[in-house]
Amino acid sequence: MAYMHIGKDFVPPDVPGKVTGKIKYAEDYTREGMVYARLLTSPLPHARVVNIDATEALAMEGVFGILTADDVYPDGESNSTGLKILTNQPTILGEPILALAAIDEKTAETAIGKISVTFERLPFVLDPLDSLAEGGSDAYDGGNTFVFREGFKSEKWTQDQVASFRAGNEPTAEPQQTVAYGDLEAAFGESAYIYESTFTTAGYPHQSMEPRSAMAYWEDGKLYLHGTSQSLTGLANDMAGIVGVPKEDFVFINVATGGGFGQRARANSIPSMAIPAKLSQKINRPVMMRITREEEFTIGGARQGFQGWVKVGFKADGTMAGCDLYIVSDNGGKGGGADAYSAADCISVLYQTDAVRFRGTSIGSNTGHRGAQRGPGQNQIAPIISPILDKAADELGIDRLELRKLNAAQTGDVGGPRRIPFTSAYMPEALTMAADRFNWADRQSRRRQRNGSKVIGLGIGQGYHNAGRSGMDGIVMMGVDGRLRIHNGVGNLGTYSYASTSRAAAEALKMPWESCDVINGRTDNNLPITSPQDGSNSTFTNTRTMWGAAQDMLAKMKEIAATDLGGEAADYDVSDERVHQIADATVGMTYAQVAQRAMELGGKYTGEAELPEELHEFTAISVSRLAGSGFMGVFHDSNHEGNPPGFTVTCTEIELDTETGKYEILDMISIGECGTVLHPQGLKNQLVGGAVWGIGLSGYERHLYDPQNGLPASTGYWQSKVPTYLDTPSKIQTGWVDLPDPENPVGVRGIGEPAMGAVSAALTAAISDALDGHIFNAAPITADMIINHVAGVDSEAVPLAQNNFRG
Amino acid sequence: MEASDPVNSKLSRRRFIKGVIASGAAATSTGLWYSANGQTRPAGAVERMIRINVNGQLRNVDVAPQETLASTLRYKLGLTGTKLGCNRGECGACTVLVDDIPTYACSVLTHSMKSKSIETVEGLEAPNGDLHPVQQAFVEELSPQCGYCTPGQIMAAVGLLRTNSNPTREEARQGLAGNLCRCGSYDSYLDGVMRAAQIG
Ligand code: FES
Ligand code: FES
Repeated sequence: MAYMHIGKDFVPPDVPGKVTGKIKYAEDYTREGMVYARLLTSPLPHARVVNIDATEALAMEGVFGILTADDVYPDGESNSTGLKILTNQPTILGEPILALAAIDEKTAETAIGKISVTFERLPFVLDPLDSLAEGGSDAYDGGNTFVFREGFKSEKWTQDQVASFRAGNEPTAEPQQTVAYGDLEAAFGESAYIYESTFTTAGYPHQSMEPRSAMAYWEDGKLYLHGTSQSLTGLANDMAGIVGVPKEDFVFINVATGGGFGQRARANSIPSMAIPAKLSQKINRPVMMRITREEEFTIGGARQGFQGWVKVGFKADGTMAGCDLYIVSDNGGKGGGADAYSAADCISVLYQTDAVRFRGTSIGSNTGHRGAQRGPGQNQIAPIISPILDKAADELGIDRLELRKLNAAQTGDVGGPRRIPFTSAYMPEALTMAADRFNWADRQSRRRQRNGSKVIGLGIGQGYHNAGRSGMDGIVMMGVDGRLRIHNGVGNLGTYSYASTSRAAAEALKMPWESCDVINGRTDNNLPITSPQDGSNSTFTNTRTMWGAAQDMLAKMKEIAATDLGGEAADYDVSDERVHQIADATVGMTYAQVAQRAMELGGKYTGEAELPEELHEFTAISVSRLAGSGFMGVFHDSNHEGNPPGFTVTCTEIELDTETGKYEILDMISIGECGTVLHPQGLKNQLVGGAVWGIGLSGYERHLYDPQNGLPASTGYWQSKVPTYLDTPSKIQTGWVDLPDPENPVGVRGIGEPAMGAVSAALTAAISDALDGHIFNAAPITADMIINHVAGVDSEAVPLAQNNFRG
Repeated sequence: MEASDPVNSKLSRRRFIKGVIASGAAATSTGLWYSANGQTRPAGAVERMIRINVNGQLRNVDVAPQETLASTLRYKLGLTGTKLGCNRGECGACTVLVDDIPTYACSVLTHSMKSKSIETVEGLEAPNGDLHPVQQAFVEELSPQCGYCTPGQIMAAVGLLRTNSNPTREEARQGLAGNLCRCGSYDSYLDGVMRAAQIG
């Protein structure tokens, strides 16, 4: 289909500000009378605050006040997992205990040094399996796990059960959760090749480039919060509740966010933004709270690590017959994260497995809090499963690409334990495109070729994440100048989806982009509700709402034209910013004239009547404020059918040096399968950005803690090993299938999360390939692990260790 | 659950810092973080007005002895285009040019800048509003994602192109290697640098 905007590049309105430094992030704002907050954080990984004596600090000149957990939770802290604004029950070293406001940060730091906090030291644990073993410490007060509706519980296995699991055997303990479909026993019975092993994947911190600083002030009873978030209205809607302010009195300002990969999507993963808000309310001054890199590490959240066991069976023809997965997931210091189930879901979707059983247990550790982080579950399992597919292909004498094609999801298939049909799926096309553009077949002659200590490895990998939601709202406005104002509640996290999804509205009205304004950046711009910008959902979800709102405006335009110019609404169409008769295009009105008539007519045309009944409360507030101020299109997107998937395929060639354990990525291509392409440059950025994350997952990123004292040792970029220019290829080829999804009005779906999984899968497969098919059953695979393997040296690391060195 | 001896927070904060040093993490006390941003003059402290050359303009600033250039630029001169990602010399978000050399502004003291010429991202645009070729190329290639590392990437690229106006992609990769991008936009930044070299 020929589109005016969909599939075309454009300059998103915030880009000039990003290259000139003019765009403002939360910390770039100031306010008359602004004072500065600093945090006193827990020096212990697990403790209880017994007493706080701030007398000396509060007596200091230039100190305005402190905020403690008792202030923010006057009825006591809830006895549950989840990040708190401030706490008297720290379960992470570095967790905020109190905040102090002063005239400047130096004074605040000095004053904090004069506060005496008495802690009761409690036992801590860093590795979930250590906690599971009888006699092991529990991460939380009341247990090591939190069961919905039941509360804290102490889950224990016998020492022998833990030792047997660490030794490489299937766990024998009862899991907390079991989900299954198909006949697993029969599947393994008809398998010609079965692979079985324990595995582990590392947790690691979010490490967004912008620390989550925030500034707040109150004015005329309203709270203004400059914060950092992936989502705008999706976050503000819940943040109002966390701060305890009515939605209509809360203005969240977030023009740009310095990176968000899941942990900044929802208010409950950034409750720290409530600190300056509450402190400002208490001392009646604007408060800026700058967050340091170390603080960001602690409150910024992390990926869940897995300690798992997997058994996969393949039939002689290469189809995946069954997969049995048991995962102990690291819930960190505050609980959270359902990654493990998503891992099983991903295997079911990507390989169309006949039978799957997932068993999972989530256990806390006194390490960073866990939650959403780019493809939670789907991406952790990607580097584990891919080398297993290769092993099966080699054992069964099938080409590795063919084995993947044979198991690939396509339109009409279902996926996951809930057997949900796809809205559309073009994985075979993605595999073919990646292989063709990479010359996969021709390159096979280079496989495992040696040159001195160096050896070539080839890898292919696939990624998946469900990529779209519904249930959200859209608003478009037109003034008497005829310009289209697209009110978009999507956060500006760097994907440009706030702008690219707006183009669906421009498309519906055939409006030149130059005649459109994207209204965004702060909630008092009267924005509609959107779901949070996580889970690759924004593209699918918000093109539906934007398109819907524009269609509502289009229908109203035709009605007005028919009323004024005669005929039926169906006799009219739009082009060149005019609504006109189809039979005689000279009979019509300009958009500016229609908007003028809408203003005269009022009622439903200006948002004062006949609104969709299901509008979300947040949208309803915005609509009521906009009502009567312009020509309005408004829409509620009630639901969609099926699972809109985002798929990726990556091929890579590496040269691994068996003497150093390092490898160079010689070539890499990533193909996206996300329906019709909405914004090519944005899609390319997601593919290359996801590739860097995939390289980090497979080769570098980790959590390190000192086992004696529980001190984090990977608080910074370098220790947590965020990949650099030199860890990644200088060119990553990209491409896309570009076939429409029928469940979206412009055919599009999301891609952000799976962009990472395919790369991680391909890279791990290539490492394994270069080492004659050796499978490490781990992510990351570090240079030490490679050297040890080549030298035949057994690792000294504890098997399946979490939050510690490996290799 | 066993309760152990009460611990005093001040003691344990010191232990914490010692422990972090011992464990190989950065040895930076949080107590010194942003301390250069003092708004009031502590009694007896040595502070003085100095003059620095920023974007071709001589600026008088009241600078504390331990104040970093990043703090001065952001909090005294309002040049917030220079970003702080780590404030400890790890990420390059704060990169500015000092006498044409890309420099981490978080890791140099303003007092050492007196005879030097400092350029920040705000100084690149022409007076008529035309973007610098690197900025223009970064727009055309949509190099930034979240944009937080972008000013640093731009200053590193400008510094590179001043010494090597026609770099290979590999030279550009090496030249920008001190600038992290958590969004992973390296490929798009390199596309931007190569385009800038063409149009520059
Ligand atoms: S802020 Fe200066 S290097 Fe990170
Ligand atoms: S664009 Fe986000 S950190 Fe580089």
